Amino acid sequence: MSDPKIEGFELEKGFRGMAKDTGSDQTMFKGVHWGKAMMWIFLLSDTFVFSCFLIAYMKGRASTPVEWPNPSEVFALDAFGVPVPLLLIALMTFVLITSSGTMALAVKYGYERNRKMCGYLILATALGGLTFVGMQAYEWSKLIHEGVRPWENPFGAAQFGSFFFMITGFHGTHVSIGVIFLFIYCYKVFAGHYDEGKRGWFTKMKGDYVEVEILGLYWHFVDLVWVFIFAFFYLW
Amino acid sequence: MEETKKKEDQSSTHKIGIYLWIWGLLFVLSFFSYLVDWYQFQGMLRWSLILFFMFLKAGLIMAFFMHLYWERYALVNVLLWPMTAIVCFVALMVAEGKYTLFSRLFYFFVGG
Repeated sequence: MSDPKIEGFELEKGFRGMAKDTGSDQTMFKGVHWGKAMMWIFLLSDTFVFSCFLIAYMKGRASTPVEWPNPSEVFALDAFGVPVPLLLIALMTFVLITSSGTMALAVKYGYERNRKMCGYLILATALGGLTFVGMQAYEWSKLIHEGVRPWENPFGAAQFGSFFFMITGFHGTHVSIGVIFLFIYCYKVFAGHYDEGKRGWFTKMKGDYVEVEILGLYWHFVDLVWVFIFAFFYLW
Repeated sequence: MEETKKKEDQSSTHKIGIYLWIWGLLFVLSFFSYLVDWYQFQGMLRWSLILFFMFLKAGLIMAFFMHLYWERYALVNVLLWPMTAIVCFVALMVAEGKYTLFSRLFYFFVGG
């Protein structure tokens, strides 16, 4: 995970180390599993996709002369008859952060080869993700009942709906895919595939707990994107 | 033998305390950013607080949950420098958005 030791070489730290790693005529990311590097590259490209959506939303919101719907009223939820602003969104945020924390611990216990703890924590992460998707489905159906459409809504600027469904929908898709993979990896951990080094699908690579970390990177990224959506779409 | 093995294990994984700390901090920061809306802060104060808590949360997640703090610079720099392109794109689109708003107001309401 950190400070790889290659026999006979002492790897330098910092920018000097970076220059040496890059110019070593060898693998550039020293001590980084190729699957992890590829996941990072994928996440980088995904960052650009989400950025494009959020920038489009910024531009759309900044360029309309019609008033933008007030998110703390649109997303308010009645709790015991009192409208609480952003209640559901706050709960969704807390659920997602909780699942992110359990995932981080799952990675830790995975590297410690603690099969049971790792498996249970991945299961908890998957259940958290499932709760999040459920809450999002509820949020969508509530707004659709209130008449929000991609082309119109009763609250203000017509662009609101298309940005809302596009951005939260794309994020929800990521969460859903993550949940599916979390359940698969939960099974693989409990079945001991990473202890025995059992091969996965489509690959000759032997199973290892580094795969849990790679899955964890994806899951934390989903949480990371939500941080930005929460700030720009719901709070701004 | 046993001791060296234990040492190796510790160097490849991090203590549980750091994860719990970051986890707690994320909860607290989320709560604070929710309070920004709760107290209905407006204007510059609202926007700067939202951005501050957002970047703090994003940084904590990337640095510790995604282990970027412990990765070698070769990987960290490959991942973080492309973000400057996004910043440029944001700057361009802010200017473009202002221009679009101006021309809409000018032609729709003033009539050209």
